[in-house]
Amino acid sequence: MFYRDAGELKTSYAQEQAIFPVALDRRAVIGVVCAGALMPLVAGPYWLGSILLPFLILSLAAIGLNILTGYAGQLSLGSGAFMAVGAYAAVNLVIRLPMLPFPVSFALAGLVAGAVGLAFGLLSLRIRGFYVAVATLAAQFFIEWICTHIPWLVLNTPSGVVSTPTLFLFGFAFSSVPSRYLVAFVAVVVLALLAKNLVRSSAGRALMAVRDHETAAELTGVDTARAKLTAFAVSGFYCGVAGALWSFLYLGTVEIEAFSLHRSFQILFMIIIGGLGSILGSFLGAAFIVLLPVAIANAAVLFGGALKPDVLANLELMIFGALIVSFLIIEPNGLARLAVKAKERLRRWPLAY
Amino acid sequence: MSDFSFFLEVVVGGLLSGVMYTLVALGFVLIFKASGVFNFAQGAMVLFAALTFVGFLEFGLPMWAAFLLALAAMLVLAVAIERTVLRPLVGQDHMILFMATIGLSIFLEGFAQLIWGTRVRGLDLGISDEPVEIAGILVSQFDLSAAVMAAVLVAVLSAFFSYTKIGRALRAVADDTQAAQVAGVPLGFIWAVVWGAAGFIALVAGLVWGARLGVQFALTLVALKALPVMILGGFNSIAGAIVAGLVIGVSEKLAEIYLGPFVGGGIENWFPYALAIAVLLIRPAGLFGAARIARV
Repeated sequence: MFYRDAGELKTSYAQEQAIFPVALDRRAVIGVVCAGALMPLVAGPYWLGSILLPFLILSLAAIGLNILTGYAGQLSLGSGAFMAVGAYAAVNLVIRLPMLPFPVSFALAGLVAGAVGLAFGLLSLRIRGFYVAVATLAAQFFIEWICTHIPWLVLNTPSGVVSTPTLFLFGFAFSSVPSRYLVAFVAVVVLALLAKNLVRSSAGRALMAVRDHETAAELTGVDTARAKLTAFAVSGFYCGVAGALWSFLYLGTVEIEAFSLHRSFQILFMIIIGGLGSILGSFLGAAFIVLLPVAIANAAVLFGGALKPDVLANLELMIFGALIVSFLIIEPNGLARLAVKAKERLRRWPLAY
Repeated sequence: MSDFSFFLEVVVGGLLSGVMYTLVALGFVLIFKASGVFNFAQGAMVLFAALTFVGFLEFGLPMWAAFLLALAAMLVLAVAIERTVLRPLVGQDHMILFMATIGLSIFLEGFAQLIWGTRVRGLDLGISDEPVEIAGILVSQFDLSAAVMAAVLVAVLSAFFSYTKIGRALRAVADDTQAAQVAGVPLGFIWAVVWGAAGFIALVAGLVWGARLGVQFALTLVALKALPVMILGGFNSIAGAIVAGLVIGVSEKLAEIYLGPFVGGGIENWFPYALAIAVLLIRPAGLFGAARIARV
């Protein structure tokens, strides 16, 4: 009753092929985007800078991994490393080539990460399944090593930790929390729409064909090599941009600890909980993973703060692990599937079916 | 000392540390062989086993009692994993199962440290780490004992697989799960046995590595050392795990000493992976893995 996709008369191909063909979906997306844009007016610096900003940036990385793992079926444990490539490329571009406006530098940094992703993707042409996952793990360790062993990459900073300069665009300094939030917000909205568009295109369908059955895809004429490389390159680009944003807007430094294997797992958990093969799921999963530690900490305070911090950290690990396993058992398609179910419910309400 | 005997010493040292990798890799291979699950939680199981053992030791129990109790704990854990994780996920895609074991490993890391605490503990197995001289080459006594332990473990496992009823059932499941089920092999029980055996290997590996590194969180990283061993040897070959463990151990040590100084050191994190992948590009199923023919 509340959600309906019937009775909408399409009168042109453009309408038929819109990214969000259902009017209600479209309004919902526009509503969420407007709400996000107006968020600095209502949210305080804590929510804006410590919850929403990391949520947005990690969502972007999750979208990147989801394209590779959720859509193309190539499990990657190296998203943290691809984020690192983006961050290191961005800081070098911004400092060494100050004449470039920073959105261009960030896009170039994304392209560098995409190229690195492509290079490791080449391995997936020869090896499959778990072996690809281990190859991405190799990428993680190798890139971590490169980033700590070539001084040029960290602008010869002895500590290996580069402070990021303030970003300027047309003389405006993006240093306040709301302005940094808005930069991330714009980047995420644009890239999420592009991703949404990619996965419904023929290139996106090729990815899913490779995921569902590579041999069958090959036989039906899908260029599987091209599809896999596309997935690796696009995923690298998204993770790279996310890494650049993470360093410049959230951390204020470029350091390898921010992009360790731990980060790769964190992003993988986001897409498992959010939903493999869903752009919406990437956002839901990121929100879940960002909010869960906050919720656990608050719950601990509620219980009188009797828990020691190390106990709390271990409990957090256990809750994370149990959640991952239970999501895979109960709802392998994640929170995104729950959202789809809710839509179905709204469509037929108040009838039973 | 001549260059050649130094070289030999490096090789022997590498061989012995390769045995330590093999110890961990065996746990992976065992589970993959029997259930097709790539068990990422093996590293967490190593940590869990070592912490449990040391925990019981701290209660003042003698070493053999602590070992038996830790073994019992690993068996209970194996049954629990079979019931709560594997059984509900039966028939799912391998990738889903793999990701479930990543979740499991996170859970176990938290669980083990919640019970036994996060403190780094030393572990003294009563084996001295003094090097002994054999034929002019210095060899670590401890590594030598670890190698003997690993050899015994492999022999016991092979005997178990070849000569017992459960072992035969296990190989039947590995060969063709459905056919084994039709023939009346209880799948759940077999899986519990396999995970139990993997728990046993984790315990041995945990003791050896724990004595070397101290019983601490870093033990979980040992699993990451075993991954290149597995991809080099093939996921389903015990012989492969042994040979690959030795190859990785030796080449890692050689690379560290002869290549490391030129590139700034610290290459041991990724060098085994690079080596394993280079081999994979030539033989996509690993050195000993069975090549699969893709069918639609």
